[in-house]
Amino acid sequence: MNNHKTRSDDYIKRKKHLENLSNQELKQRFWDLADKTTEPLIDLAYKNTSPAIERSILLRMGFSSIEATSLVEKTINHGLISKGAGHVVFRYSKMQNIPIRESGLALNDDQGWQEIKDSFGVKS
Amino acid sequence: MKTNEKLDIRNILKDLDKYEPRRRGWTWREHVPNLEMSGNVFTDASKPLKNSIPLPAAKYFDNIDPQPIQVITSEIASGRFEDDIRRMRMAAWHGADHLMVIRTAGQSHFDSLIEGTPQGVGGVPITRKQIRAQRKALDIIEDEVGRPINYHSYVSGVAGPDIAVMFAEEGVNGAHQDPQYNVLYRNINMVRSYVDAAESKKIMAWGDILQIDGAHNANATAMVAWKVMPELMVQHAINSIFSVKAGIKKENIALSTVPPTAVPAPDLKINLPYAKALRDFFDEYKMRAQMNTKYMESSTREATVTHVLNMMISKLTSADIQSTITPDEGRNVPWHMYNIEACDTAKQALIGMDGLLDMVSLKEDGYLPQKVRELKERAILFFEELIEDGGYFQAVEHGFFIDSGIYPERNGDGIARQINGGIGVNTVYERDEDYFAPVPAHFGYNNIEQYGLKADDNPSILIDGSTFEDHSKIIFIDELDETDNVNVRMDENEKYRNSNLVKPEVEWLADGTVVIDLTLPTSIKYAEAASIEIAKKMNLLEPEVIHREVLQTAEATRIQVKGKIDFDIDLEKLVLPEEPDLLSEKEIREKIDNKPLTIVAGTVGEDEHSVGLREIIDIKHGGIEKYGINCIYLGTSVPITKLVDAAIEVNADAILMSTIISHDDIHYKNMKKTHEYAIEKGIRDKIIIVAGGTQVTPELAKKQGVDQGFGRGTKGNHVASFILKKREEMNEN
Repeated sequence: MNNHKTRSDDYIKRKKHLENLSNQELKQRFWDLADKTTEPLIDLAYKNTSPAIERSILLRMGFSSIEATSLVEKTINHGLISKGAGHVVFRYSKMQNIPIRESGLALNDDQGWQEIKDSFGVKS
Repeated sequence: MKTNEKLDIRNILKDLDKYEPRRRGWTWREHVPNLEMSGNVFTDASKPLKNSIPLPAAKYFDNIDPQPIQVITSEIASGRFEDDIRRMRMAAWHGADHLMVIRTAGQSHFDSLIEGTPQGVGGVPITRKQIRAQRKALDIIEDEVGRPINYHSYVSGVAGPDIAVMFAEEGVNGAHQDPQYNVLYRNINMVRSYVDAAESKKIMAWGDILQIDGAHNANATAMVAWKVMPELMVQHAINSIFSVKAGIKKENIALSTVPPTAVPAPDLKINLPYAKALRDFFDEYKMRAQMNTKYMESSTREATVTHVLNMMISKLTSADIQSTITPDEGRNVPWHMYNIEACDTAKQALIGMDGLLDMVSLKEDGYLPQKVRELKERAILFFEELIEDGGYFQAVEHGFFIDSGIYPERNGDGIARQINGGIGVNTVYERDEDYFAPVPAHFGYNNIEQYGLKADDNPSILIDGSTFEDHSKIIFIDELDETDNVNVRMDENEKYRNSNLVKPEVEWLADGTVVIDLTLPTSIKYAEAASIEIAKKMNLLEPEVIHREVLQTAEATRIQVKGKIDFDIDLEKLVLPEEPDLLSEKEIREKIDNKPLTIVAGTVGEDEHSVGLREIIDIKHGGIEKYGINCIYLGTSVPITKLVDAAIEVNADAILMSTIISHDDIHYKNMKKTHEYAIEKGIRDKIIIVAGGTQVTPELAKKQGVDQGFGRGTKGNHVASFILKKREEMNEN
């Protein structure tokens, strides 16, 4: 798959279509291409999440790095990561009417996962 | 904090669980247009410091210490953050206001925050405790020097968003963030890297953290460094525009630019067009000018010259931040004194080129603009092929990046990564329609409407505030490892902390490292072997050659050897020579302007030596004439009576008698005679008598009745200072 290819410098031939562009047009073209290159990348980031992102959310919700790591692992194992690990903790705190920290620590203690899954309609 | 007291590291480590940063965000220097300092006017200087160490030559310029407009970076990370704190203070006193902490090897692959204070390798494990300790120390240091200090580290690896949150919470001011670094150099999965990067950047935007990209690494990695110039522009653009899309404002996005080549290549001919092309395209962004590291060898002199040339480019184009690379980086993890040398080099070069663009400008025709245009076109062609090839991920898979051909030339040696490969592969999850995160600064899809919020609402109102609104919600972890932490390390060298015992050091307290510099009249092979033997005979432990330089293949080789010593010195047992109490040149002149001074001088007895006295007197030797002192020189072998009589005749304030011959203590006997003859003539209480000579001991001279004796090494200002002070003392009585 790795097709490392060699090519001699064909700059003079390749740049023909750029020769008549002004410096300003050149700059515009550069940034248009940069925009086009990054559009799918930012779209990917918009639609997806990762363990690190979910941990960073739990940190902001007042959990330690150790608690966050464990909560995210459990969220993935229970098939709930697509809902958001912070969401799981938030939902359980509402369901039990307990503070956020208490909710997260209970989930880390393996309590409440079935109820959460039921509430999200996720099958085990 | 007193400037003559050491930082109390143990005190800094106290109560860190309660520490809160006093500000957030980046600080630029304050420009002072036409800053006047002791008669010098600076165009591009910034507000001077309250406390600093000026350049050595400043003593001829009233000790002024003008500071350039650029923020100056010093990278400090020896593996022990507690020792780095001390070096940060040294660097701040030498003009650094951007202190960058390099991470320990391997932190990029650590899938969480590291906690506690373990020792690092080639850098420091970045942890909340370590960050708080250093930021707290910098609060003290910035108050001391009188300028805000930006604190900086890295938001990369597989725990980027975790680190970004911790940095935003702890008031870190600047950070490297560039997913291309993860992908190309750390083999972290590319999909994961970009998904994480958007979140990290959004968090950094909340913390007003200045971002620096990682493009300079391409230069340091590529086989033929300068040929990656078109690609470097592409890398800068990808990270810059991706950052804007993730929410960072352009003025908080800095390019890590680096002059890609170095002498013996024609440095400016290659580096200047590249710098210009970059500034043309990226005029809305900030420039952090890095120095070339690719071609650094063990010669600190060579590195320094390269870096000064790099700063000429900074000055001819623009640089908002001037990074410094320590001149010893080619041979070891930077040592204290080289961080300081690098800061001084930057300050000296940038101030030296003050106002340069008011005098010269870059040419708008000929070689420079042609070359600039070519680089821009090559970068555009790179982008075009990248898109034709199917986009960024495919281009990385096909080894587009870090190829050593100057694009479109291809040498087939680029770094290729697989979309389905690398660390953290298959760890990205698509968000469901009801995906939700109850926190601020979260990038991407977030269904807050399901809980009754509107688009502009801060989701954390649903959880009664996050750590971004309420710092006390952060859970602080102190230490996790009982044996590998700062307390254990500090106990081990406690004997040397704030005590009277000293050992030399280069990076850590009492590390005992010293360097010897040898020139041996033989070939490099023998010189190297011989120098290790010499070091052993000097009782240096673990001797190692760190630099070799041929002076001529057969005649001589210069070798630098490092080694360790295993003894210390007790300061309390040292007998310090009394320091002469000297007046400044300005003070001496003022006192003489206010009240003229006449002296009579000569070498007494049967003594034909004249050199020493002439050096004290003559203007061309820096003698006391230059202060405007009226000197009447009577020559050599002057009878004592003649010397005193002449002094009476011209109403002199002082007699300077020189006596070199010391056989049978004749020099002291002559001093006594002079003193006694002055009494006999009734002028002793009105005249100062000083005696000088190579064999003169001040205490013994005074015993003979003269006012002061001056021995070997005496300079004109020693004599002038003494006479003027003595004159004031006599006038008071």
